[in-house]
Amino acid sequence: MTGFLQNTFNGLVGGAFYALLALGLAVIFGMLRVVNFAHGAFYMLGAFGAYVLLAEAGLPFGYALFAVPLALAGIGMALERALIHRLTRLDPLYNFLLTFGLALILQDLVKWRYGVQSTPYATPPGLAGTVDFGLFTFPAYRVFVLGFAMVACLIVWLVLARTRIGVVVRAATERPDLTRALGIDVGRWITPVFGAGIALAAVAGVLAAPMRAVNPLMGADLIIVVFAVVVIGGLGSIFGSVAAAFAIGLVQAWGEAYASQWPIISQITVFVVMAAVLLWRPAGLFGREENPA
Amino acid sequence: MIAKTLRAGAALAASALIVAGCGGGGPKGAADTKISDGRIVLGVLNDQSGAYAQLSGRNSVKAVEMAIADFKAKYGDKAVTQNIGVETADHQNKPDVANTKAAEMYDRKAVDAIFDVPTSSAAEKVADVAKEKKRLYFNVSAATTTLTGTKCNKYTFHYAYDTYMLANGTGKTTTEQGKKNWYVVYPNYQFGQDMTKSFTAAVTAAGGSVVQSDAAPFPNTSGDYSTYLLKAPTLKPKPDVLGTMQAGAELVNLVKQYNEFKLRDQGIALAVGLMFLTDIHSLTPDALAGTTYTDAWYWNYDAENRAFADKFLAATGARPTFAHAANYSAATQYLEAVQAAGTDDPDALVKALEGKSVNDFFLRNGKIRAEDHRVVHDAYLAEVKPGSEVKEDWDYVKVLKTIPAAEAFRAPSADCHLSS
Repeated sequence: MTGFLQNTFNGLVGGAFYALLALGLAVIFGMLRVVNFAHGAFYMLGAFGAYVLLAEAGLPFGYALFAVPLALAGIGMALERALIHRLTRLDPLYNFLLTFGLALILQDLVKWRYGVQSTPYATPPGLAGTVDFGLFTFPAYRVFVLGFAMVACLIVWLVLARTRIGVVVRAATERPDLTRALGIDVGRWITPVFGAGIALAAVAGVLAAPMRAVNPLMGADLIIVVFAVVVIGGLGSIFGSVAAAFAIGLVQAWGEAYASQWPIISQITVFVVMAAVLLWRPAGLFGREENPA
Repeated sequence: MIAKTLRAGAALAASALIVAGCGGGGPKGAADTKISDGRIVLGVLNDQSGAYAQLSGRNSVKAVEMAIADFKAKYGDKAVTQNIGVETADHQNKPDVANTKAAEMYDRKAVDAIFDVPTSSAAEKVADVAKEKKRLYFNVSAATTTLTGTKCNKYTFHYAYDTYMLANGTGKTTTEQGKKNWYVVYPNYQFGQDMTKSFTAAVTAAGGSVVQSDAAPFPNTSGDYSTYLLKAPTLKPKPDVLGTMQAGAELVNLVKQYNEFKLRDQGIALAVGLMFLTDIHSLTPDALAGTTYTDAWYWNYDAENRAFADKFLAATGARPTFAHAANYSAATQYLEAVQAAGTDDPDALVKALEGKSVNDFFLRNGKIRAEDHRVVHDAYLAEVKPGSEVKEDWDYVKVLKTIPAAEAFRAPSADCHLSS
């Protein structure tokens, strides 16, 4: 029982990272119709941002958690204005290539400056202990990660459900043409939404720094799974991507724990689930079929 | 009269000098040597942008350049040739790229010997090319024992280390120190599987047992090892030590999480299969304090090693890993062999190197085995110091024990047939 609870908790922590990344991808795809291949690179920049703040400015984890996402959101918005925006009217393939290229450039810039070896980042002192849940104990930092990610998801949900911006974003995501036809200026919300999506990736990156290897390729490795998560949840479906993220986190953790004699299983489960979902519901679990018009 | 004698004397002396310069004087001057196309080219083929770029990469190119400069300075105009160059290429850890780059080096860049080549699959391909082209190949950074087993050949030498050396050193010594029960976690590919096999053999031979070994997905895209770390204390009997065969970023992931789950406080020590100085640098010594591993060479072991490390630091801004030192040593030993033989003919050099005892700051009690071209030398069991004991940048470990050359490597394998 203890083992099962621990593994379940772990799956949720893994899922929390997927959720933050998938949420950003889903929002960006919904508003811009851009599959942002640079998302993993921004996750990596988030972790490096935390490292740079600590190593070069002495600013601890707590600052990084807010300063880095804000800074990267700014960079993201500048990139959206300068580059991505110009290609949105063309075939989606153009932005696909553009963001892929951006990811490579960002990765190589970091490689060039910091090398391929991982950079050190210690667990924040206040969160280095363990938490006792009675039936099982768990590293305090992981509890924090799960809590923080859930709060972040909740805030995004509140913004989308309860504010005017949220209404516009949801409307533009589901029926972009109709929304425009009703006289709503969708364009002015595109850049801030892109920035917010990037900020979520950066939050995931900062959270990853104390528990994962901080190196230029950390995002490239992870983002493939996140794409699968978004496809499973349903492209553009905000709730779907979060639900799928936690589900995949759990499936992976249980797979590693209870099928450890077949390590290949936890490696491919994500893609098997994706294939199955696509066969059964081509638009994803919570996605809606696009209007052919 | 006197002036005339002086002039004649001067002319005589001058002509003697000229003759000497042309090769009549020195034992191995340029005139009686056979250096193909009048120059020697050393090729460094390795990973210059990927996972192994830091532990070897461009700094190994630098190390080979240092070896050439030191060789030229040592012999001056007595050197077989002053015309020694370096060619380098990035094989991106891909066997097919390694294959074409190696062929290109030998055929088009006039490379006499290829050095380094990390990543076992790529290293094996280059061994095939060396065999086909009949050119020399000194592998330094790959770990597979196939280079001195099924893939061994007349022109291939395996230099610094291999999976047997790592497993035997760490597995045997740690078990003998009383940590008898092991839990092994390894990445699910060739290197991890080989290491686990060697570790299990070494641990069992020393009277310990591997309670369980788990293959983790490779590459581990989730970056998470918590499942294994949670499982470790629940195994029966409870393991005394967790042996990890992960390398590079995966090792960093695992160690970070090992600390997060506080396994050391629960009496489970950490032993690492393969670790480079650069890994400790990125994890910080505190994250690894008390961890044991087998090192092929350590820069601050004694004054001789340190002298090289100081020169290396001045040239690159970092302290050398064992791969850097081994590349320097391999290039030096190659050039010395050419100098002694007076030729760069590969067959003549193989004959000169086989069975030769070699000693330099990297090769202690070194010998180039004639049977399988394994270069054996002393290895070291090392332990990472806690940060509070680190008095100098990069001085992260203390050497617990020297493993004598004769015990450090496996006996020549029956799989190796050099002549075939």
